[in-house]
Amino acid sequence: MKFFTEEHLELADAIIARYPKPRSAMIPLLHLAQEQAGWITDDAMAEIAELVGTSSAEVLGTCSFYEMFKRSPVGKYVINICTTMSCALLGAGELMEHAERRLGVKAGGTTEDGMFTIEGAECQAACTEAPCLQVNYRHRYRVTSDQFDSMIEELASTNHDVPDHGVLSRIRQHIPEDRFVGAVPPEDVVSSPAWMHDEKAD
Amino acid sequence: MTDMGGTPIPHAPGFIANDTPRIVTARFDYEDSYTMERYEATGGYQALRKALHQTSEKVHGEVRDATLLGRGGAGFPAGVKWGFCPPGVWPRYLVVNGDESEPGTYKDRLLMELDPHQLIEGCLIACYAVGLSQCFLYIRGEMAVAQERMATALNDAYSAGYVGKNILGTEFSVDIVLHWGAGAYVVGEETALIESLEGNRGMPRLKPPYFPAAVGLYGQPTIVNNVETLSNLPWILQHGAGAFTDIGTESSPGTRMVAVSGHVQRPGVYEIVNGTTTFRDLLYSKAMCGGIRDDNQLKAFVPGGGSAPWFTPDQLDLPFEASQVGPQGSMLGSGAIVVMDETTDIPAAALTLTKFYAQESCGKCVPCREGGTWLEQILRRVVDGRGTPRDLELLIEVGETICPGDFPHAAVPSKGIEAVPFPYQMTTICFVGPSAFAPIHSALTLFREEFEAKVAGNENTTTIEVTIDV
Repeated sequence: MKFFTEEHLELADAIIARYPKPRSAMIPLLHLAQEQAGWITDDAMAEIAELVGTSSAEVLGTCSFYEMFKRSPVGKYVINICTTMSCALLGAGELMEHAERRLGVKAGGTTEDGMFTIEGAECQAACTEAPCLQVNYRHRYRVTSDQFDSMIEELASTNHDVPDHGVLSRIRQHIPEDRFVGAVPPEDVVSSPAWMHDEKAD
Repeated sequence: MTDMGGTPIPHAPGFIANDTPRIVTARFDYEDSYTMERYEATGGYQALRKALHQTSEKVHGEVRDATLLGRGGAGFPAGVKWGFCPPGVWPRYLVVNGDESEPGTYKDRLLMELDPHQLIEGCLIACYAVGLSQCFLYIRGEMAVAQERMATALNDAYSAGYVGKNILGTEFSVDIVLHWGAGAYVVGEETALIESLEGNRGMPRLKPPYFPAAVGLYGQPTIVNNVETLSNLPWILQHGAGAFTDIGTESSPGTRMVAVSGHVQRPGVYEIVNGTTTFRDLLYSKAMCGGIRDDNQLKAFVPGGGSAPWFTPDQLDLPFEASQVGPQGSMLGSGAIVVMDETTDIPAAALTLTKFYAQESCGKCVPCREGGTWLEQILRRVVDGRGTPRDLELLIEVGETICPGDFPHAAVPSKGIEAVPFPYQMTTICFVGPSAFAPIHSALTLFREEFEAKVAGNENTTTIEVTIDV
């Protein structure tokens, strides 16, 4: 059974064409699959394998290594609470306890209505704004218990701009055809690039 | 806070501008710093034009002369690294390391979110100088905003003719391909980054070969540079290597971005003068962190990212100069300083880092995979009050399976402890394993009494309780 929509399939082809070897597109395509379904299904992995010329077992091998790829459904909003040093020094533990109480699930769990998953996460590069968290990989800074509660209310309403889990960048890279150099596979190149005048003799 | 110098910038949460020279953060003052319009209006893409009028070799020479030290952690001079490409082997690639995830580190994300064109221009200069035929910009998966800003900037740069085929009407042609990770700290290690870019698990490669410049992406010469490193290039080309080396010291010229988090009055990301600024300047000056919170005493600080052995107030006068910090037992690493005041539970603080590295082990090397997990579990029971005095020895024994021999640490004159210089021996391919041990070793060496207090009363405990988190 086909997984990708026609639009995504077209996009997948454009992505693969940017890499010297199709397998390099595996992670970008897994992200695309997660964007489409919210998690990584077996169908998605089978189709990605076909697209990049490998087996679905190989795709699973790569997929399972990276913690952002979810191999079972998660909440519409994945809330990652940073638990590493800078945040831990400034109340991440208390924030996590509060989050677990407020949502009635433990870290790693998803609320029954499928809205929220909370996870204990590692350093999110916002260490000066501790304790911090991310909702679908978008930061919230210096989060108090009250702010956490109002964030949950906000996310439960429609009054916010956080996309559903799986959507990372809402802007796609677009390379205009007339500007695209094209992938540079090792086997296609034997000499220095045209602008390296001095090294042409190599 | 109003009586403090330095200006927080609301649209750049965490960043605080001060009056030191600003090479990479100058544009942060503008609310639209990330747009093509602002970039071009503030001298953007002029360095590229300048470079294209010179030979590649000349541009490379300028960067070599600038002694631009890599800002990712290892601090290796970028111009020298570029020179490691074997002659006559083509194509060569550029891989941009935007997988910032070292605990405490927070600068590359700001550079990508707030000045994406500066990074793009830096990439182009590097490609031109070294003859790199294709560039892959690897952004950490968990940075959605940086991905969006970079994608917009890149789309605009393609349309404007700065990226792609026949750049600015010259023979110089290179694509920059956006690529993002999916959550794995170890991928910041350059050979793991390459594995990940090839569609594999992000496991570091066996060494030698030591440098991807010799054997990298698809086995080809590959330059892997950090985001901040590349972001310096437009300024260096525009102003010249001499202007760059006029700032800072001869061995550590220019500026560098540092993030100070934890128990300071004003945590922030600062651009500081390299080589001369001291930790005391950074933590106590009014223009920067303004001292320890609540007027508390400083107990200890992590000087260079979670992987770095810790310092105490005795090392405050050391400058950001690797040749001075190394002999004193630590490293400058990725420019992340985490500050602990007198109220800090030291063993618990160490656990927040050891847990991180244990979690992020890729599993390739046994000492890291097994050792990291054991270090975390043993330390956790000590922190929870279930540990025994024997556990303190066990922590060191397990650590020594990852890092045999003397492990670096700072001096503690009051206790008669002398410094053991950086670096260390290791039984693993990369630094994740040693990094799980570093916080434990520092904490135990510098604050042993806190560990002893936690295990006191458990001397006669004979059973070792093992907890395995599944």
